[in-house]
Amino acid sequence: MSRFKDLQKNLFGGTTSNARQFGMIFTLVAIVLLFQFLTDGLTLRSDNLIALFQQNSYILILAIGMLMVIVAGHIDLSVGSVAAFAGILVAKSMAEWDLPWPVAILFGLLIGAAIGAWQGFWVAYIGVPAFIVTLAGMLLFRGGNQFIGNANTIPVPEGFRVIGSGFLPEVGPNTGYNNLTLLLGLAACVAVIWRELQSRRTRHEMDADAGPLWVSILRLAVMVGVIAFAALRFASGRVGTSFPVSGIILVALVLLYSFYTRNTAGGRHIYAVGGNSRAAELSGVKLRRVNFFVMMNMSVLAALAGMIFVARSAASGPQDGNGWELDAIAAVFIGGAAVSGGIGTISGSIVGGLVMAVLNNGLQLQGVGTDRVQIIKGLVLLLAVALDVYNKSQGRFSIIGSLMRPFRREASAAPATSEAEREPATTTVSG
Amino acid sequence: MSDAPILLEMRSITKEFPGVKALSDVNLVVRAGEIHAICGENGAGKSTLMKVLSGVYPYGTYDGDIVYQGAQTRFSDIRASERAGIVIIHQELALIPELSITENIFLGNEPRRRGAIDWKSAQRQARELLARVGLRENPDTLIKDIGVGKQQLVEIAKAFAKDVKLLILDEPTAALNEADSRHLLDLLRGFRERGITSIMISHKLNEIESIADQITILRDGRTVETLDVKADGVDEDRIVRGMVGRELSSRFPDHTPKIGEVFFEVRDWNVRHPISAERQVCKNSSFVVRRGEIVGFAGLMGAGRTELAMSVFGRSYGVWESGTIIKDGKEIVLKSVADAIAHGLAYVSEDRKAIGLNLLDDIKTSTVAAKLSKITKRGVLDEVAEYQAAEAYRKELRTKAPTVDEGVSKLSGGNQQKVVLAKWMFTDPDLLILDEPTRGIDVGAKYEIYGIIQRLADQGKGVIVISSELPELIGLCDRIYTVFEGQITGDIPRQDADPETLMKQMTSTKKMQTR
Repeated sequence: MSRFKDLQKNLFGGTTSNARQFGMIFTLVAIVLLFQFLTDGLTLRSDNLIALFQQNSYILILAIGMLMVIVAGHIDLSVGSVAAFAGILVAKSMAEWDLPWPVAILFGLLIGAAIGAWQGFWVAYIGVPAFIVTLAGMLLFRGGNQFIGNANTIPVPEGFRVIGSGFLPEVGPNTGYNNLTLLLGLAACVAVIWRELQSRRTRHEMDADAGPLWVSILRLAVMVGVIAFAALRFASGRVGTSFPVSGIILVALVLLYSFYTRNTAGGRHIYAVGGNSRAAELSGVKLRRVNFFVMMNMSVLAALAGMIFVARSAASGPQDGNGWELDAIAAVFIGGAAVSGGIGTISGSIVGGLVMAVLNNGLQLQGVGTDRVQIIKGLVLLLAVALDVYNKSQGRFSIIGSLMRPFRREASAAPATSEAEREPATTTVSG
Repeated sequence: MSDAPILLEMRSITKEFPGVKALSDVNLVVRAGEIHAICGENGAGKSTLMKVLSGVYPYGTYDGDIVYQGAQTRFSDIRASERAGIVIIHQELALIPELSITENIFLGNEPRRRGAIDWKSAQRQARELLARVGLRENPDTLIKDIGVGKQQLVEIAKAFAKDVKLLILDEPTAALNEADSRHLLDLLRGFRERGITSIMISHKLNEIESIADQITILRDGRTVETLDVKADGVDEDRIVRGMVGRELSSRFPDHTPKIGEVFFEVRDWNVRHPISAERQVCKNSSFVVRRGEIVGFAGLMGAGRTELAMSVFGRSYGVWESGTIIKDGKEIVLKSVADAIAHGLAYVSEDRKAIGLNLLDDIKTSTVAAKLSKITKRGVLDEVAEYQAAEAYRKELRTKAPTVDEGVSKLSGGNQQKVVLAKWMFTDPDLLILDEPTRGIDVGAKYEIYGIIQRLADQGKGVIVISSELPELIGLCDRIYTVFEGQITGDIPRQDADPETLMKQMTSTKKMQTR
């Protein structure tokens, strides 16, 4: 029993931060296995996994930016429209102005930056709530897309399509697998092991309890197993397919932004602003700069997501990006971010997004219509967050909080329960 | 008093949180019609006890019995206890600023007629209630337009609207100035004459001594003793002894100041109110601080002390008009908080929960928050350096927490204040501005904080202390400026500082130079 408790403590909501990340992955695996069972093994087939990544990479890229926006205490409703707007301009730049596609990508990112600067200006320097600014942006840039494209679709050239539908090329000896994908998986395994060792060493240097060694080993074994399995699956697909380029872009962004939010002063400032903006300001954080940055960054990522989508569907159209904002926001909240800001992680949001993606995919594989898929997704979002809120208010162990949550925001789970203890005193008395 | 019937008896109350025993075997006997004070250091369990009583922690989550009006209570929530006539007024007032006095008084308790709110009756009752608490104010006035002293009275009026039998006040005078405090205490005496029983939690021992009939002292979650103020001849020292378990020979640590040269000077500082531009909140203020000197700023609430301090601290308050800051002989321009920090200024705000700390953070994150550059190596935060810095301050300031991974929201007020002090000490400041550094902090922790302030001064830093407690300023500071309506009206050295002199300067614009 005590060993079981030990495991539970260390896997779910224990004091060691990495335990939580392991817990998150565990949840996702459970959902995947459920659908694997329900769809008679379709879910984990190579072609399905590849499609899953290609279809959702742009939403997950949006979730990265959205997480930062939400942690800073804002929201961005315009991402779908911004993506469509950037997409049509990029498509047009290649079709009519003959921009080479690498230049066009750069151009697309610049458009994102310009739109972001516009929205960031209103939010950070004028003080208009982001909800309003981006609601306006949602209309503005949707209309802009249709105005520029005359509500037509514009096809994009072959080279450009790589970012949306390309794969890692075949190189090296014929192993029956895609070698680069295998290499990537190997690198990931090494990185995961190195990280675990690093974090144990850090805990030791801080004289803190690093948790029992066997938990670390178990955790590593499962993670390496999952990575190896995924690498083999991606590498063994139909010839010519492998790990998608859009997936690589996503992984690179996840690593980059995780590092930024966790390990740099700039990232910490975002959490500080979301947690208590006045306190952050009085600690020397440049509030406006942080708010401007998160809004601008979001639009750049939205433009990138738009381009990847256009590249995948080979053309830019007037309905691109419809409803993306909702998927991205849902991913972030399922991933454990707080509506009031200050809490949340990139990795949590990615897992939240993957949960939604697997759900979507699994239901579709079973032939469930989009009407019912939407109903189910809506209920899952509501229930996931409601369960978390309920558990927190009962002062009990918070499942999503401990599974989806950080890592960097280790402390958040603990104060959350204590707040719940304190809160009633100050709030209910007014009633 | 002692022959009055027992209204409330709490018997061997034990309340545990995961890992902590907040209360163990606490007993409390309150007789009808008395004012019963509960004293104890922060973290002694006073608030927890009151939450058990008022049903915030419902029946079943604690051990022990509560007998109220002769019957066992089993309150399931705060509404149940309110129905029984137990009303608790918290330190942080639960009023809605954008609603009127009447609306606030009857919030959740609105008089109805055929389903709709009967505003006429509400108005009438509000007038009566306001008269009972001695507040002369139009009941249509919005809460945000009246001062905190009057807001406190509205809270009490609200309690009366619920037909209160036992009124619990948690630190009722903590945010009030002297006049408002006196008024409130008189009001409580009046209630006693009308047979209303009050329980009062307060750190202001002089008030307790003057108003309470019985005092129950808690320490570390246990009942130490219950004193009868008249029979036992209780004075402040006696209460302190009970609270800390030892005699505090002095409220202030012994200190021989080592004062050096003037190194920081503000000249002709003028600042306007951020919203109403016609209001000038700082008028030609000039002051100097020497190395190793503790300088006090005395003034009534609203005198402009905080505004002055914050506007100097990187113009973080109001609209700056004119004035210069000279540090180490050179003029410096501080346009932002970041500038101010870079030039060695630190400002510890008066409201640590609202603007001093991010309550989502843990101790280590909070400690380094104002100078992340110190733990950044090649653009990357060094977690080990962060941990070590936080741990060093935790030991140095004796912050009570198991580890620096503990969330700051879990700490008591005194320990939170130590974290805030650590946060600013971490920035290596030359000048620390401490705004009400001991507000809401118990006696023992205050003593420690005074010691920290003195140590900082002895390191050659300049320290400015803004405080509403004159004894604190007189006991701690080497020199005291008085502020009245945005103007500095006096510059009084320690040996000349007494409450009368200060009060005179704090309430008139006539400039008096004592040197």
